[in-house]
Amino acid sequence: MSRSLVEPILQLRDVSLSFKGIRALSNVSFDVARGEIRALIGPNGAGKSSLLNVINRIYRADKGEVIFDGVRFKGVGARGAARLGISRTFQHNALFQRLSVLDNILAGLARKARTTFIENAFRIGRDREERRRFAARAEELIAFLGLEGYVDQRVSTLPYGVQKRVDLARALGPEPKLLLLDEPMAGMNTGEKQQMARFVSDVNERFGTTIVLIEHDIGIVMDLAERIVVLDYGRTIADGPPQEVRSNPDVIAAYLGVDNEQDPGHAD
Amino acid sequence: MLIEVLINGLLAGVMYSSVALGFVLIYKASGVFNFAQGAMVLFAALTYVTLVEKGIWSGFAIVIVLIVMVICACLIERLMLRPLANRDPLVLFMATLGLSFVIEGVAQLAMGTDVHILELGIEDGIIEVDGMFLSTFDLFATAMAGVLLVVLSFMFNTTRIGISLRAVADDVVAAQSIGIQLPRIWRIVWSVAGFVALAAGLLWGARQGVQFALTLSALKALPVLIIGGFSSIPGAIIAGLLVGAAENLADFYASRFINGTVSTWFAYVLALVFLFFRPTGLFGERDIVRV
Repeated sequence: MSRSLVEPILQLRDVSLSFKGIRALSNVSFDVARGEIRALIGPNGAGKSSLLNVINRIYRADKGEVIFDGVRFKGVGARGAARLGISRTFQHNALFQRLSVLDNILAGLARKARTTFIENAFRIGRDREERRRFAARAEELIAFLGLEGYVDQRVSTLPYGVQKRVDLARALGPEPKLLLLDEPMAGMNTGEKQQMARFVSDVNERFGTTIVLIEHDIGIVMDLAERIVVLDYGRTIADGPPQEVRSNPDVIAAYLGVDNEQDPGHAD
Repeated sequence: MLIEVLINGLLAGVMYSSVALGFVLIYKASGVFNFAQGAMVLFAALTYVTLVEKGIWSGFAIVIVLIVMVICACLIERLMLRPLANRDPLVLFMATLGLSFVIEGVAQLAMGTDVHILELGIEDGIIEVDGMFLSTFDLFATAMAGVLLVVLSFMFNTTRIGISLRAVADDVVAAQSIGIQLPRIWRIVWSVAGFVALAAGLLWGARQGVQFALTLSALKALPVLIIGGFSSIPGAIIAGLLVGAAENLADFYASRFINGTVSTWFAYVLALVFLFFRPTGLFGERDIVRV
């Protein structure tokens, strides 16, 4: 783990992806520095979620390279990406709806497990120690995200904003190096959004986790992110710090043009 | 008299539960109705009987069969499930249909088509409890089903593997992207379903002899699953009891009017009624839509 701090944790080079002839991404290249919060914005259908799916290997790019933490993703699948330290949350909650909050978080810890099925089933060997360690980690996350009141409740019964927090807790469980957040504030009111934004920057500061974030609320993105990539029709049209992106004419035309620059709204 | 008919029916229903349990396990973890469960019941029972007939001590024979079932599970996962991962449930169902014939064919090729007698050392006697006549074998089967229920519920609800399993059942894509190893989960579930098949095979085999017809136990499990819900372990047990009791009662009342039995098809009518009014069964979850 003596990789240089200057080297980006994630590099995408000329990534292209199409579905049945429709181009979702064309020659997208950008990098993510270790420890930064990187935002990904663009109108609906610009290819943002597809790009996250390429990064955590739910999709395989047709062309181009993804290099994470020095590892070139070739034969790596979704589980492999998770094992290498990439966690994500989903735009449309992909929580385990019928499981409790605690079980969702514990399921997220599965990839940290070292015990065998036999140890597990009979509660022997390292099972006891691991059980204790996982319980402690889950407790820590529950406290961090203020989920104390919901521990044993089924996820499907919880308000949307709380579910988003559970999703974040599940993703954080295994102490990821890179956290991909797909619209973590979608469908939230202003108060909830601010709270979530605080959680995101807390995660970044306290755990040093690198974050790639998709979000429609430009105001929040400008506050949170150090650098922003703008996608439109599957192409990168801008890449840089918020101020620079904000004044980029292409961006204004493609995306911000919909709303007034001074009035951060959401494109829907 | 009525109580006795009812209780004997309930106890007979345990046999159905034992088969249905195997289906539920696989349905829970992979969202597929495993038609081959019946063939697995036959295969497990046939392997056991063959070993015992060769003079192997029965306890040791059980261990060997368990190991064989684990090997089968690994083969099925590698050769069938993995290449078909994320395909339509109907595709998987058709695959299990084919698998059913393969298992059956291989079992009979290797071990013959004779009907074997299976002795569990439990006498199928009658004891009198509180004025009712009950079968000791049925009581034994009930105890066995009870143990299975407790063990499986424990496994599903409290172990880490159980949590992963339920996570896979809930959302396959999300489970993969948080790093749950799908192939490993499948191997475990199919192995456990193999153990359950052995338990069911021993019970059915001891009753009816170990023969080809054991495969058809799959068809008997179908109404049980519809009534109990495909994804509920307690549902499989309770619905099995219910079907057993309903069949026995139906025969009991029908015998007053007609000369013959209705129990061969009564369970299916009952299942149909459930499909009309409660399509998810007694304990079923909402329909699982898979991507």
